[in-house]
Amino acid sequence: MSTMKRGRRAVVLGTLAALALGATACGSSGGDPLSGGSSAPTASGGPGGPAAGGGSGSTVVVGSANFPENVLLGSIYSQALKAKGVKVEEKFNIGSREVLYGQLQSGNLTVLPEYNGALLAYLDAKSTAVSTQDVNAALATTLPSALGILDSSPAEDKDSLSVSQETADKYNLKTISDLAAKAGELTIGGPPEFKSRREQQFKDVYGLTFKEWKPTADTTANALKDGGVQVGNVFTTDPKIVQYKLVALADPKNVFGAQNITPLVNKSGVDATATAALNAVSAKLDTAGLTALMKRVAVDKEDPSAVAKDWLKSNGLG
Amino acid sequence: MNWLTWLGDFFTAADHRSGPDSIAHRVSEHLVLSGEALLFAALLAVPLGLLIGYTGRGVTVVTAMAGAARALPTLGLVTLAVLFAGVGDTAVLIPLVALAAPPLLVASVEGVRGTDPDVRDAARGIGLTHSQVLRQVCLPAAAPTLLAGFRTATVQVIATATVAAYVGLGGLGRYVIDGLATRKYAVTVGGALLVVLLAVAAQLFFALLARFALPPGVRAQHRAR
Amino acid sequence: MDDEPIVRWYWIGDHLGYLGHLLADHAVIALVPVLVGLLLAVPLGLACARFPRLYQPLSAVFNIVYALPSLAVFVVLIPYTGLATQATVMIPLTFYALAVLLPTTVDGLRAVPDAVRQAATAMGYGPWHRLTSVELPAAVPYLIAGLRVAAVSSISLASVGALVGRGGLGYLFIDGFQRTFPTPIVAGIALIAALALAVDLLLVGARRVLAPWAVREKGAGS
Repeated sequence: MSTMKRGRRAVVLGTLAALALGATACGSSGGDPLSGGSSAPTASGGPGGPAAGGGSGSTVVVGSANFPENVLLGSIYSQALKAKGVKVEEKFNIGSREVLYGQLQSGNLTVLPEYNGALLAYLDAKSTAVSTQDVNAALATTLPSALGILDSSPAEDKDSLSVSQETADKYNLKTISDLAAKAGELTIGGPPEFKSRREQQFKDVYGLTFKEWKPTADTTANALKDGGVQVGNVFTTDPKIVQYKLVALADPKNVFGAQNITPLVNKSGVDATATAALNAVSAKLDTAGLTALMKRVAVDKEDPSAVAKDWLKSNGLG
Repeated sequence: MNWLTWLGDFFTAADHRSGPDSIAHRVSEHLVLSGEALLFAALLAVPLGLLIGYTGRGVTVVTAMAGAARALPTLGLVTLAVLFAGVGDTAVLIPLVALAAPPLLVASVEGVRGTDPDVRDAARGIGLTHSQVLRQVCLPAAAPTLLAGFRTATVQVIATATVAAYVGLGGLGRYVIDGLATRKYAVTVGGALLVVLLAVAAQLFFALLARFALPPGVRAQHRAR
Repeated sequence: MDDEPIVRWYWIGDHLGYLGHLLADHAVIALVPVLVGLLLAVPLGLACARFPRLYQPLSAVFNIVYALPSLAVFVVLIPYTGLATQATVMIPLTFYALAVLLPTTVDGLRAVPDAVRQAATAMGYGPWHRLTSVELPAAVPYLIAGLRVAAVSSISLASVGALVGRGGLGYLFIDGFQRTFPTPIVAGIALIAALALAVDLLLVGARRVLAPWAVREKGAGS
């Protein structure tokens, strides 16, 4: 083999090896996003990263679950904190409450936008608290000492039993109680954990026994519209309720307890400034406002961070 | 993390023994979905592949396209299909067919091309028409390669059909995804195990088919290679 | 979805940096396992070529590994490697790559005719020298063929990682689905296909340089 060909081969092999080493280095330094460095990205045109906040205070790490509303809330918290000079890092789109919660306890995350009712159910499935006060009181005793909740906002994103307009007209449905007579003929859809949590409750409180439970998860609103299910668990701030003309049935017996948007924090990670900033957000956030924001994110396809920024500005917080 | 207890719980849970979430039902959902995908893929890919392999035209293009199709991410295709076609079997079949067709196509092409050209010549020489040559000479000779292609496609489809559960459909993916959502890892592991068992069963099926259904001469030749 | 266009082009323009970041993450998650798989496949392949009885059971194991639904494997690893970490997704991808690379590596190492190997020994090549100067170079076309398949499947499979919080471009599919927004999904599919094509071309080019005789033999190459 000629020396020239040998040389060329060596160059190619060398380049490939260098690329490989480089890639491995990138890979290993990326590592665990929950322990520092870049995170799963936010839809804000770049990875969440340390913000150039003022002061030498420790960084507040804001996390979120992986659905648009939670990312929006995380972004609101994060930008509200930055506006008050707190150093913030964002770690959004984490897939499960279990991990989120674990990371919060270990201090890798500092703040999470939570729903007080859902959080309580996660921690204590047997709890019967339904009003905002009762739920928050129960949380105060159930949460470990390292964690705490700040002020709840009036805004709620609750579970609902929703039906299409046609179904509502057909069976004359306005409240969940109205379903009792017809439930046996109806198929109900929702996220997988919905059935295990609610099946017995519906029986006990409203006397409902549905014909079939379908795990429709993210597709519940679509399934209601297309007729795949007749009743579905759609979250109350979901713009699809308006878009698809769904009817969220009233819940007079309050089986779906309070679900106020509440910051869950690792107490050692937040100082007075941060707490004040987050409480100011909670004071101004209401359900109508949140629903309008979600419409911008889900219907107008705007980025959660941009929508959050506008909301903060118009409320004097950003 | 006790695997045996997990699996024990999974297989004996009341929900899993009868009703819509029963193992039998989910397995049959999974098989039906996979079967439909393979059927459509075969109807599309095999005749096309046989033709291309026989005429020798378009082989490079087809192989390149088949390679490109392998790059298409199933999750992406499934979500896109559901957005346009709504939740239902159709939406999921499209990506699964896109997954199964390329190996079947390539296998058909390679199988026919692998036929000894002398044998093809001889067949033409004794007066067989092109389609007769294709059917009576090339197809049997291509059978082992085709079967291998079917085997690959089947295993891939069975494994990937689990993604259907993400868009609300049934099948064994339901166990995997629901187990994750409800923190019942036993269910996830049970579902994954069932998928593996199904895939292994499919492989055994094709191995048996190759042993007993192929013409003896073809089998011998294939082994000798 | 009634009047939602298939692609909102302005969104792509506005999010180039974001898409680039996801693409880079995806490339790392998908391709590093392939490289690691190759590094593992060579010694394993050598062992199988030397001890043929090893190959059957190993092959069977990897067949099973390949049949495992990737999502389930990601989920099962979470308690050990954490959610949304690169390890959770990269470890299974390494096994999938190895499942593809092992057969092709073994084929490649077996490709050298015995006569050539014996000739090398007769010329005084020690086993290591023979490996690096005769057997591995001869195996290169097979290795690269295997790498092409492994790389493309890995790039496609990595997107499933989005369901456990780390899927590079796969995240675009989830976001698009949740917001009934086809644009990110289309962008994700296009970028994954482009990445796969780029890697494939790179490998074909590498083969041309490292094993020019293979290209000449096969003609147009495959």
